[in-house]
Amino acid sequence: MAIDKATAGQADSLNGAQVKPDRVVDARGSFCPGPLMELIKTIKAQPVGTVVELWSSDRGSSKDVPEWIKKAGHDLLYVLEEGDHWRIGVRKAR
Amino acid sequence: MSKVNRVLILGGGPGGTMVANHLARRLRGRIEAGALEVIQLTASPWHTYQPGFLFMAFGEAPLSRFQREQASLLVPGVKLVVDPAEQIDAKGSRVITQNGAIYAYDYLVIATGSYPDPTRVPGMAEGAHGFYTAEDAVRLRDALRRFEGGRIVLTVDVPHKCPVAPLEMVFTLDRYFRSLGRRDGVEVVYTYPIGRLHSLPPVSEWAAAEFERRGIVAETFFNVQRLDPESRKVFSLEGSEYDYDLLISVAPHRGARVISDSGLGDEQGFVATDRYTLQAAGYDNIYVVGDATNLPVSKAGSTAHYEAEVAAENIAAALEGQPPSHRYDGKVFCFIEAGGEEGSYIEFSYTRPPRPARASPMLHQFKLAYNELYWLSARGLL
Repeated sequence: MAIDKATAGQADSLNGAQVKPDRVVDARGSFCPGPLMELIKTIKAQPVGTVVELWSSDRGSSKDVPEWIKKAGHDLLYVLEEGDHWRIGVRKAR
Repeated sequence: MSKVNRVLILGGGPGGTMVANHLARRLRGRIEAGALEVIQLTASPWHTYQPGFLFMAFGEAPLSRFQREQASLLVPGVKLVVDPAEQIDAKGSRVITQNGAIYAYDYLVIATGSYPDPTRVPGMAEGAHGFYTAEDAVRLRDALRRFEGGRIVLTVDVPHKCPVAPLEMVFTLDRYFRSLGRRDGVEVVYTYPIGRLHSLPPVSEWAAAEFERRGIVAETFFNVQRLDPESRKVFSLEGSEYDYDLLISVAPHRGARVISDSGLGDEQGFVATDRYTLQAAGYDNIYVVGDATNLPVSKAGSTAHYEAEVAAENIAAALEGQPPSHRYDGKVFCFIEAGGEEGSYIEFSYTRPPRPARASPMLHQFKLAYNELYWLSARGLL
């Protein structure tokens, strides 16, 4: 299991085992609208501080989701590879 | 006398209509014997083929071209009631309508769709045009006819139905102004929430080449934060902004109000739905099809179509005392219009990645033909 520590906006070293998400978005098997769109949809509807965990079976998510999180000014908490899918944790920061 | 079973279907779009027709065909004997009622509650006596809105926005056809009377689309055995649900009492297995009628049910099908809600974004309702409702399409048609030149910006919010429509819109804008000999005076800007032009990489790659060829400007990672209708500026939460002369927005969609009012939806009014069985979370006797689900699949007529077959078959099996016989595999099929003489299509599921068909004039012609064939789909014949 690979753990990428977040560098975007978070000083503390959180990982998937220690953070309990408030919401899980299961976007496995989603080609269209796709995992990132599902994450944006969910995060927009949540209050600041909410931790959302995205599940994606698309390898590209491990790259494009963190890229958007950084641009949008949220906090990337972790990217965990789970065999056939990825779990990406994000805290809504604004 | 043995109990009469009742299947109640909420919604008169493609999903609800196909479930109703499929069930009435499949269980005709039971209906004729008086052992089963299939009742459809709708908000309107008219059925609208929504892909027609894009054609309407460019003055290519009037609304009447894309509407039929709902009653004319139903096979014998379906009871149509134009009186939409106002409250769903899921625990008590009954629905209260706008007119105050109460319908108990054995099985409920929620096919109440989704609608664009520009009031969710500051300035959008006042400052933006749209093409996701008949009224908006007509208003945009008139604005385009009067448009004297400048910058047209297209913005896309999530969630929204028909994920390929924003691309079709800018391609058609390009073709429209070229056909009028006014393309030089118009800048077309396409913005998109994620890091490419479309969720599907092959579609995105195809679109990028088309944008290059036609001179369409694009900005990715653009999620609208607010509009300022006075100064005609649009701002993204990622920190960029555009001045515009005309703004066309694909507004964030919500599930039907009855879903939220009944406590069955998430924050945006979509129903938590099992991705394979299509049953609503926590309710074995409620099925959800089409835009109303919270599933991570395209909100599109074809999705509703494939889901409707699964839901109808499983309700039929349950009425016969059998376990569910079908499973939804996430299948979606969409035509892609390139705003010209060529068309393509794409097909995918939860496990099958998409591969667009090579664009051809024949596929464009078939899409035009499908605009008429749709009525056979709605009747459950295609």
